[in-house]
Amino acid sequence: MAQIFAYIAHKNGVVDDTAAELAVAAKKIDASAQVTAIVTGSGATLDAACQGAAKAYAQVWKINKPELAYPNAEVVRKLLKNIVPASSIVLVAHDTFGMDLGPGLSIKMDAAYASDVVGIDGADGSTLKIVRQEFAGMAHAHMTVNAAKGAVLTLRPGSFQAGDAAGGAGAVTDKSGDAGDLGAKRKFLQVVEAETGDVDITKSDVLVSIGRGIEDQENIGLAEDLAKAMGAVVSCSRPIVDAKWLEKARQVGTSGKTVKPKVYMALGISGSFQHLGGIKGSPFIVAVNKNPKAPIFQVADVGIVENILEFIPAMTEKVSG
Amino acid sequence: MEILVCVKRVPDTAENEITIKGDGTDIQRDDLVYSVNEWDNYATEEAIQIRDNVGGTVTVVTVGDSESEEILRRQMAMGADNGILLADGAFDGSDARGIASILAAAVKKGKYDLILTGAQADDGAGAVGGMLAAMLDLPYASLVNKVEVAGNKLKVGREIEGGNQEMNEIDLPCVLSIQTGINEPRYVGIRGIRKVASVEIPTHNAGALGVSGVGKAGAQVKRVDYFTPPAGKGAEILEGSMEEKIDKLIELLKAKGGLK
Ligand SMILES: Cc1cc2nc3c(=O)[nH]c(=O)nc-3n(C[C@@H](O)[C@H](O)[C@H](O)COP(=O)(O)OP(=O)(O)OC[C@H]3O[C@@H](n4cnc5c(N)ncnc54)[C@H](O)[C@@H]3O)c2cc1C
Ligand SMILES: Cc1cc2nc3c(=O)[nH]c(=O)nc-3n(C[C@H](O)[C@H](O)[C@H](O)COP(=O)(O)OP(=O)(O)OC[C@H]3O[C@@H](n4cnc5c(N)ncnc54)[C@H](O)[C@@H]3O)c2cc1C
Repeated sequence: MAQIFAYIAHKNGVVDDTAAELAVAAKKIDASAQVTAIVTGSGATLDAACQGAAKAYAQVWKINKPELAYPNAEVVRKLLKNIVPASSIVLVAHDTFGMDLGPGLSIKMDAAYASDVVGIDGADGSTLKIVRQEFAGMAHAHMTVNAAKGAVLTLRPGSFQAGDAAGGAGAVTDKSGDAGDLGAKRKFLQVVEAETGDVDITKSDVLVSIGRGIEDQENIGLAEDLAKAMGAVVSCSRPIVDAKWLEKARQVGTSGKTVKPKVYMALGISGSFQHLGGIKGSPFIVAVNKNPKAPIFQVADVGIVENILEFIPAMTEKVSG
Repeated sequence: MEILVCVKRVPDTAENEITIKGDGTDIQRDDLVYSVNEWDNYATEEAIQIRDNVGGTVTVVTVGDSESEEILRRQMAMGADNGILLADGAFDGSDARGIASILAAAVKKGKYDLILTGAQADDGAGAVGGMLAAMLDLPYASLVNKVEVAGNKLKVGREIEGGNQEMNEIDLPCVLSIQTGINEPRYVGIRGIRKVASVEIPTHNAGALGVSGVGKAGAQVKRVDYFTPPAGKGAEILEGSMEEKIDKLIELLKAKGGLK
């Protein structure tokens, strides 16, 4: 079986939750694998991150380089190409960094690529058996990945729950000397923080959240009326912000706000993982959607199959009533 | 600036109920409404705006079949100057790598300063752009939500977690994958489409492009089947008339602290 590597994301010396998840996923490929964590960065926080990774991995490779102080995927890709042996399997989280790194890495390694993997059913020789979702989560697919020449997999955050993060107590090896040429044609400048809006949806116990099912800017008022009647705040999914119908500060999801309400009303929202990724603290989720097969019904506590344009005003009237 | 935009024809997931065929080989495609991949509209709009600012041309390209021509025309109605269709039975069943190698061959037949893709399409792979860049040995940035031309470089913003923006400087030529929200794609009316209805769209096949090893046989990633996952806990679906459903919901919300 091929060697398995996991690229570890970390910030301020703390490894990301996905670090343990990648270790769990690696064991699903090969239960006996001695998985190597690769931790890149620069300075003191890097050592702390390596210690964090060592809790879940048998080996940790540390690469300490000023060029790696910020994880620029163009630089990290070159590094991995230089240090990872041919035909290896590389696991990365399917986040905005993994999406930047993964596809190109597979080409440079001449390896297979599968992204946003949600399940792994083991391997048959060098063929990996994986599960993906397509069509906005409306269809699941069993796929095979020919890893004879290696594979790069990006794994959906939260899909591989770290039940027993055993196999740790790993030794840290400094591999900085093997890094090789890290010159890149893309230079990281700075991170610009998201703007704060007029309302703070993260402070609200009850959110009336609308998605593309609201259909028209003119209908936003319907949701505002319901929120007012319920003493709630209006939040939304991403397409509503892309259309500029509501401000960015009201967007729930991985590229928006993380909310922890008591009650979350998802109205005309399909339930993409990027949206659900912004809902924490197990609120009571109510989903209203005209499509009984919408993935949101899989995660909601209560579901209503209705046209929200009829449901919302009727609900407002009852609540105010 | 010579700009190439890669666009894909996809089933519109907002318009369709996706159901899996009985044998699991595919989804039911008979009654699907197709449109341009949402992300690709943003990419086309961005290309048009850049061209209008600094000059040049915008070419849209797709790997598809004769039915895909309609999306090329749609993007030309938006303002793209040229369309190219890459079609061949040998392309069927390609994985993302196959699609990227077909596109790479088409790129090499032209001379482009900037190549745009969408951040992802209906398979949610987000793979083609990054692969294309690596095959062409060009720098790449994904999830781009801001582009500024600065001489022979671009200043690009990448959307990262929490809606923060990672600013980068990237050399031209390069490949960018475009994230939704970067602009407001213009509306295309029926009249706009009519205007480009008879513009000739060149078609290239595998032989003309000089690509081989793509298609189902060449795929390293293969779909075995589609399936419906065992239903999880799932929501309790409230039944009855609209009024009855709302009454039940209000009771539940009161119990959960969602209503006073
Ligand atoms: C009948 C059928 C069978 C298939 N069989 C397989 C299979 O066996 N294995 C497998 O891995 N995949 C298979 N696919 C899907 C495969 O072709 C995907 O399109 C590919 O994996 C890319 O994924 P994506 O569409 O999500 O693209 P992404 O990488 O998510 O797309 C990103 C961007 O790349 C560009 N792009 C993507 N596709 C095109 C295109 N066709 N033309 C121009 N630009 C494009 C667009 O700019 C798009 O926004 C099959 C598809 C069909 C319809
Ligand atoms: C890197 C990245 C980051 C992202 N970050 C986020 C994020 O932070 N937050 C986020 O939300 N998304 C995010 N997305 C986008 C995400 O993938 C989905 O595209 C998005 O969440 C879909 O929003 P939606 O559910 O409102 O729309 P759709 O998926 O289009 O769903 C609309 C739903 O409304 C239903 N509907 C339509 N009309 C009606 C009606 N009249 N009555 C009742 N129901 C109706 C439909 O059946 C459907 O289920 C991100 C994507 C990427 C690639």
